[in-house]
Parts: sequence; C-alpha cells; structure tokens
Amino acid sequence: MIIDYSQMLHLRDELSLTVVLLLVLLFDLFAPARARRWFQTVACGLVCVHAIGGLFPMEGFTLFGGMYVYTPVMTVVKSILAIGTLLVMMQAGEWLRREDTRIKQGEFYFLTLSTLLGMYFMISAGNFLMFFIGLETASVPMAALVAFDKYRHRSYEAGAKYIVSALFASGLMLYGISLVYGTAGTLYFDDIPALLSGTPLQIMAFVFFFSGLAFKMSLVPFHLWTADVYEGAPTGVAAYLSVVSKGAAAFVLFTILTKVFAPIAAQWQWILYGVTIATITVANLFAIRQRNIKRFFAFSSVSQAGYLLLGVVGGTAAGMTALVYYLAVYVAANLAAFGVIAAIEQRTGKVSIDDYAGLYRTNPRLALTMMLALFSLAGIPPFAGFFSKFFIFMAAAGSGYYVLVLIALLNTVVSLYYYLLVVKAMFITPNDSPITAFRSDGCTRLSLAVCVAGILLLGVVSSVQGGIALVSYGMN
Amino acid sequence: MEIRMEYYLVLSTIMMFAGIYGFFTRRNLLAMLISVELILNSADINFAVFNRFLFPGELEGFFFAMFAIGISAAETAVAIAIIINVYRNIRNIQVRNLKELKF
Repeated sequence: MIIDYSQMLHLRDELSLTVVLLLVLLFDLFAPARARRWFQTVACGLVCVHAIGGLFPMEGFTLFGGMYVYTPVMTVVKSILAIGTLLVMMQAGEWLRREDTRIKQGEFYFLTLSTLLGMYFMISAGNFLMFFIGLETASVPMAALVAFDKYRHRSYEAGAKYIVSALFASGLMLYGISLVYGTAGTLYFDDIPALLSGTPLQIMAFVFFFSGLAFKMSLVPFHLWTADVYEGAPTGVAAYLSVVSKGAAAFVLFTILTKVFAPIAAQWQWILYGVTIATITVANLFAIRQRNIKRFFAFSSVSQAGYLLLGVVGGTAAGMTALVYYLAVYVAANLAAFGVIAAIEQRTGKVSIDDYAGLYRTNPRLALTMMLALFSLAGIPPFAGFFSKFFIFMAAAGSGYYVLVLIALLNTVVSLYYYLLVVKAMFITPNDSPITAFRSDGCTRLSLAVCVAGILLLGVVSSVQGGIALVSYGMN
Repeated sequence: MEIRMEYYLVLSTIMMFAGIYGFFTRRNLLAMLISVELILNSADINFAVFNRFLFPGELEGFFFAMFAIGISAAETAVAIAIIINVYRNIRNIQVRNLKELKF
C-alpha cells in the first residue's frame, strides 16, 4: 500500500501550529540576547497569526482511512482554544520576565503550544489510538508546566500530584479502551456503534473510559487534584488548565459520547445525570469556604465543568451549540479573572480573598474587570454568562431533564452568593492597607480588554450563537 | 496444556486491581508510579490477548499496545523527572511531606 503524503496538507490547523511551535523553538535557540526581550511579542504574534488563519471553516472531510475527521464545528472549537492560549500567553509575560523564570521563557511557550497541538489532534480524532495519543500529548507537557517553578515547594508539589493523578487517569482510560476493543474488535469511531449492544462488559468499559476523561475535566468525584494543582501551579498555567485543557476535554467528551457510545445512551445518560448534580453541588459548597483566590477559582471551574456537562447530557445538536457557546463565554470570563489574579500576584504576591479588600479604591479598573468576570460566571444579565447559561439550560430542558435543570438553577443561586463575596470584599469591605495602585504591562492590559469585550459583546451579538448553531447542526 | 484466553484475562484483571490497590495504599511516590505501571501494562496485555484470540486477522490491538507502551514510557519519564525534582528539594519522596496544599 502506498501512502499518499499529500493528504497531510489538509491538516491546516495542525500544520500551521507545528510551524509556529518550531519557529518559537528556533527563536529560543538562536535569537541574540538583544532580541530575546521581544520574545513574548514574537510568540504572541505568531500564535495570533495562527489563530486568525484558523478562523475560516472548511468543508468536512476524513483523512488516513478515518483516523482523522474534520467537521466545521471543530474550526470554532480550535479557534476558541487558540485564542484562549493567546490570551494566557499575553498574561504570562510579567511572570516570565521574573528573575528566575526568564531563562525558561521559551520552554513555557513551547510546552503550552505542544499541549495545544495535542488537543487539536484529540478533537479531530476518528480512532481511539489517535484520540489517546492526542490526549497524552496534551497532558504530559501539562505536568511539566505545572511544576514549572521547580524551586518553589508549592509548584513541584502540585506537579507531583498532577502527574500521578494524570497517569492513574490515563491508566483507567486505557483499560476502558482495551475492553471496548475486546467487545467490538475495532477502534474506529465510525465502526464501533454498530457493534455495541449494551452488554455489562461494554458498560464497564464505558465507566472506565469516562472516569479517565472525567479526571481531565475534573468532574466530581474525580476533582480532588484540581484545587491543589491550581493553587500550586503558576497562575498562567492554572488559567490554561482551567480554560483550554478543560474546554478541549468537554468537547471531546461530547463527540465521543454521542458518536461512539450512542447505542448505550440510555445507560450513560444516568451516569452523567448523577455526575452533573454531584459536580455542581459539591464544587459550589466547597467554593464557599475557600480563602485563597486560586483555590476559589479552582472550585468555581469545577462547578462550571458541571454546567458544561448539562450540554452533553442531552446529546443533541442544540446541546453541542450550547456547549461550544458556553465554552467561548467561559474562556473570556475566566481568563479575565485569572488575568487580574496574575497581575496582582506578580506585583504584590497576595492571593488571599481578604487581601482583595479595598481593591476598588486603589485599582478601580482591575476591580471592575474582576467584577464583570464574576458577574458573567454567575450568569447575571446582560453579560454573556447569562446567555450561555440560558442556552445550556434550554438544551438540557429540550431533552426532558427538567429536574436536572432545576437543581442546576438552584446551584446558580449558591454560586451567586460566593461570587458576590469577592465583589463585596473588593468594593465594600474597608481595609487599612489595601493593595497599592499599580499599572500592568501593555500585553496584560490588552488581553484584559479583549476579555472584557468578550464578556460584554458575546452575549449581545446574537450572530455568534447563530453561527455556531449553523455549523454544529451538521455534526450528527 | 493449552493456555486459553481466560487465563490471560484473569492475569490482567488481577494486575489492574493490584495496581489500583497499590496506588491508594502506597505512601511513596515511586511505589505509586510502579502501581500505575501495573495498570498500564494490564491494559496492554488485554489489547494483545484480544487481538491474538478474538481478531487474529488484524493488527490493530498490537499496534495500540505498542503505542501505549511508548506513551506510558514518556509519561513515566516526566513523572520521574518531577519526582527527582521533589527529592532534590526536600531529600525524600514520601507523600506525607507533600502536604502544603490541602483543603
């Protein structure tokens, strides 16, 4: 058999990301000391070009005998992930210019972009082998990123916890895939559904597979690593984990559940039902008692993952639209919040919610950005978070999950309470020694402006949601 | 004596759950890593056995097992690098000393 290598040229997004990756690596190796001051600008510029080039959807196609599948909605998801990565890289500048991390700047960009490449392949996989390779390409460099500040106890402790949990999760998932192979005899996503009949072994295979993916998405009861890793990891890495890594896993979960495990939908919908309720409720209850802002946002992001599952549980085209839209809004809101946290942490080293008291008096713009992000995450109209929650509830209700939607709605009230605790600290609580006024660097301010624009506009401009609906309809 | 498929599957299942048990009970990072290796290898055995006995005409399971071995080696390398870093900083790799982050 002769392989037609010209097929490779169809992998537009992956190829352009690989080129960016190699250019960053070469810049790191050969750039003179003078040029290295512009490293962040160069890296962000390259990723920006890549993200803009990847914005345009193509016709759907299949490559390598079904190993690689492309549908137009993947362009939307990959663009969201690329823009999220770009924003994280823009916010990481101040941290990377610090004395002890300056020399490792190139590694940060390289590792971040390799995880992104892994996620691209994972999203476009048409076979469990491709999916598994993509998933591991995404999660192995992630561990190196978490342990990036290798002389700080918190960072390497978080790194050790992350890699051990990730290994365990991929072990479970691999075992699940092996049982799928044993019962179906094939690993292609297109061929498996016809061979699944809902035997107990297949359901066990699904449970193993799902627990592996739930680890990556940090769903309850697989969320125990999340808070520790977010607190210990550098803030930029925590932002990346909470947005990009989680978003890719959520989308893949949707495609695999509706495509591969469609014949046993009656079984997995009940599993998802329970996991969704547990995730939203437990994460909300734990978030209330957090005093460290990074841990607080870890639990907030676990609960947001529960809301993402609401889009998955129905398994309809409306659910997919709602999920992708929710993802876009979540990227804007969460990265705005993490941008503020990173800026404050770099200047003052403060990460406790109590330290945020009186922030509005000294840094009104940062406080306002944080407030907008929190309102959007809580789902207060007219910000984008309200509309994304609305669509995701509508998708779940459209599939008949009224009780689930009711429980999620009640949890929204709880989440509003703890998000407002932070707002209260920033605006009302008096503080004798608030965080001093400071001015962040241009890149951070630009990224925060983009995030705020996203929070304000994504909800009001209805063509965004309509555009996603248009492409995601062709999925099933 | 003929070695049937069930024997291999019993072996891999025992390995799998021994690995899970070890992962939860061991208090040393390297021992936890070894337990995870048991889980990964049990899945590899499953792939090879299913392919050999149930679908002998194809190679899909063998290929998956080969890729899985390579990937788990890469993961283990990163894990050991992080564990060495932990050792350099605190001079041991006991889990009870990694307790700064909790609740």
